[in-house]
Amino acid sequence: MNEFLQQLINGLSLGAVYALIALGYTMVYGVLRFINFAHGDVFMVGAFSGMYLSRWLKPLLGHWPEWLFAVVVLAGSMTFCAALGILIERLAYKPLRERPRLTVLITAIGVSLLLEYSGQLLFGAAPRGFPSLIESRSLPGLGELHATNIQAFVLTATALLLGGLHLIVMRTRMGLAMRALSLNPTAAMLMGVNTNVVISFTFGLGSALAAAGAIFYASLYQAIEPFMGVLPGMKAFVAAVLGGVGSLPGAMVGGLILGVVETLVVGYSKVLGIPPGYRDAVAFVILILILLFKPSGLFGKQQREKV
Amino acid sequence: MKPILELEKVLVRFGGLVAVSAVDFHVGEGELVGLIGPNGAGKTTLFNVITGVYTPTEGAIRFDGQAVDGLPASEITSKGIARTFQNIRLFSSLSVLDNVVAAFNLHLKSGFLGALWRGRQFREQEREVRDEALQLLDVFGLKSAAHQPCRSLAYGDQRRLEIVRALATKPRLLLLDEPAAGMNPTEKVELMRLIRFTQERFGPAVLLVEHDMKVVMGICQRIAVLEYGRKIAEGTPSEIQQDRRVIAAYLGEEVVDA
Amino acid sequence: MGSRSSLLICVLVFGVVSALFTGHPESAWPLAQIDDYLLNILIMAGINVILAVSLNIVSGHTGQFSLGHAGFMAVGAYGSAAVTQIGGKAILNALSFLGGAAPTCVFVLSLFVGGSLAAVAGLAVGLPSLRLKGDYLAIVTLGFGEIIRVVIQNTEAVGGARGLTGIPSFTTLGWTWGLAAFCIYCVSALVRSTYGRGFLAVRDDEIAAEAMGVNTTKYKVTAFVVGSFFAGLAGALYAHLIGYITPEGFSFLKSVDVVVMVILGGMGSTLGVTVAACLLTFLNELLRQAEQYRMVAFALLLIVLMILRPQGLLGGIDRWIQARRNRS
Repeated sequence: MNEFLQQLINGLSLGAVYALIALGYTMVYGVLRFINFAHGDVFMVGAFSGMYLSRWLKPLLGHWPEWLFAVVVLAGSMTFCAALGILIERLAYKPLRERPRLTVLITAIGVSLLLEYSGQLLFGAAPRGFPSLIESRSLPGLGELHATNIQAFVLTATALLLGGLHLIVMRTRMGLAMRALSLNPTAAMLMGVNTNVVISFTFGLGSALAAAGAIFYASLYQAIEPFMGVLPGMKAFVAAVLGGVGSLPGAMVGGLILGVVETLVVGYSKVLGIPPGYRDAVAFVILILILLFKPSGLFGKQQREKV
Repeated sequence: MKPILELEKVLVRFGGLVAVSAVDFHVGEGELVGLIGPNGAGKTTLFNVITGVYTPTEGAIRFDGQAVDGLPASEITSKGIARTFQNIRLFSSLSVLDNVVAAFNLHLKSGFLGALWRGRQFREQEREVRDEALQLLDVFGLKSAAHQPCRSLAYGDQRRLEIVRALATKPRLLLLDEPAAGMNPTEKVELMRLIRFTQERFGPAVLLVEHDMKVVMGICQRIAVLEYGRKIAEGTPSEIQQDRRVIAAYLGEEVVDA
Repeated sequence: MGSRSSLLICVLVFGVVSALFTGHPESAWPLAQIDDYLLNILIMAGINVILAVSLNIVSGHTGQFSLGHAGFMAVGAYGSAAVTQIGGKAILNALSFLGGAAPTCVFVLSLFVGGSLAAVAGLAVGLPSLRLKGDYLAIVTLGFGEIIRVVIQNTEAVGGARGLTGIPSFTTLGWTWGLAAFCIYCVSALVRSTYGRGFLAVRDDEIAAEAMGVNTTKYKVTAFVVGSFFAGLAGALYAHLIGYITPEGFSFLKSVDVVVMVILGGMGSTLGVTVAACLLTFLNELLRQAEQYRMVAFALLLIVLMILRPQGLLGGIDRWIQARRNRS
């Protein structure tokens, strides 16, 4: 039982990261109906920007409490990635608004490759150590269970970010516009919603969340490299599908479920008879099963093509 | 007249919405039947159910005495039902001729291996298909455009090409979904001539969804009226024109129970 | 070329090419005495042509955007290597009565096994993916490709993550381009027939295709099976060229490579895609010194191409030729 709880703790912190990335996929899908393939690479940029920010800011703000320092770095890289996300949308996707979805998808793959290989050019291909924003300590009072203050930070911060997102989407004009756009783009436009602004905002918001996920991910695993976004990106997409693409609660729940399941499969690999090496296949098996049996996901609505 | 298409208590539900409700209906062999009703009455849904795009939630559909509900669309077409689409759905990257050729798929004797081996049977078949397709296009005045991309056709011609394409499957029942939509009065007259001609020459029964009353009243032998997914009337054009429930449905009058 | 003459031409080209370029340096033919480096590039070009043309029938002609082509290539590579490297000696002994032709027979067998296994994998992917479209299908095929890679990585019998070494180098220029010609022939022959119009109909409008009696399920699965069969052949040729394969070599990025060839050449244009595959192979070699910049440039090219010329650099070339033919 203890071991199970232990896996659950580990799984939830990984799941939090997936959930943060998955939200970006789902929001963009909501307003533009396409899968932003480059989202996982924005996540990668988030990790690198966090690394450089913490290096530059360390001499200036080194005397601050470490959690506050971590929050500053987090905010800094979220802002940077939000700008990057908006820029990508403006330059690469906006000219393609009325084109077939496949064209946009291929462009997204192009953007993804561009970010990956530019990253390789700028940062080198070898994995780099991520500076520990918060010094890792075991949390006391958990008995045989082991959890670090980093995990606690990740879960708390994720909860706060999700709360903030909820407020933005449900309580602000911009959030209302986002929801209107995802329900019916034409009607939203006719009602005076400025589509371009809303789409930009959505990309910014999604990219910022991905950057937060990246800082958490890098803090948990401590190594970053230019291709680090590929797998988490794809898995987060699976999480989004699991929850039902277009549904924000779905993306959160899907992310958490995926993180936990993946961790459990590795943790219980002996019992299950699945080699731990199959870890990366778990997400895809889940994806295929969902698309076969419940393509609309846990929280999604079924869509029907108009004939 | 022997019925070729029979619908028995057909009901279609999308989530909580009942789009078609307990419709009984039939089309006789070689008959020309019109299906009318206000927007959103369920006419196109009924077409989609007959052609297998949707599966009916309840009820039975029989074609030539055989149950066809629940079959894949292509199989229903292979039994002899063909259709056109309200919002034109041609194979947009293909030429006019190839649009028709693609619809010969059902009647091919030489398939995958034939296409690779290209033997005598294959070559004969290719020639026959091409000749037949050109002939069909010729009959409908589209032969000169055969090698043009279908996108370059005028709107009315695209609608005509949809009919040609449907006829290429050699149907015994042809469903036309608002063929007169977007046509000018001259084109509409021409369309009516075309539908009559199609029946005389190829002999299929025709089920026609149309908003244009001149067209419907002008050529249909029998008309069924749908409102809110229910069949509210059925009869000859003159009977329908007098039917108070139909008039009410179209003009929004109170129905005084007779 | 409505008749079998195109088949004859292909066989002829195959014969001439394989006679000229047996790939053995001691060959009597002067043309065969090109240096090994160039020879390898020419062979790689042929392999890439097979990959691109076979992906084209899935994505270009049938409109099923797939990002898992490298997975099928992997199945073919490992399947064929299992025949020649793992079972090699035993099979060779069993075929010893054939004398000097025995190694060639083993190679042919391995090609067949590789292609067939990949075709089976294609069937396994095609069937469950049928309901999906566009970006969903792309992700699922990508997922399948990754699953194949992870499975190989965790199968010790084929070397696991370390890969499989010591695969005999059977692949020659003649075999490669012969099979490339065969692949081009098959795909164009299929597409250029009344039967094959079904593929294009599925691509243009699935609902209309079904309504016209085209069994879209059958066409999609057929496209997947044919496409993966040839991807498997390409994998087998690749394994027997390089002599050593790792699961990493068949990752998602390899699939993207092939996708880039197809897009550059123009989806649905066999000629364009063939030319693009050759061009990109040579370009890759030219830019080998600038490896780091190469992929950045490709990525930019892809984006700019999609914005300015989504039909590909060479797309529409087929249609142009067709139009000229019809005019005359």
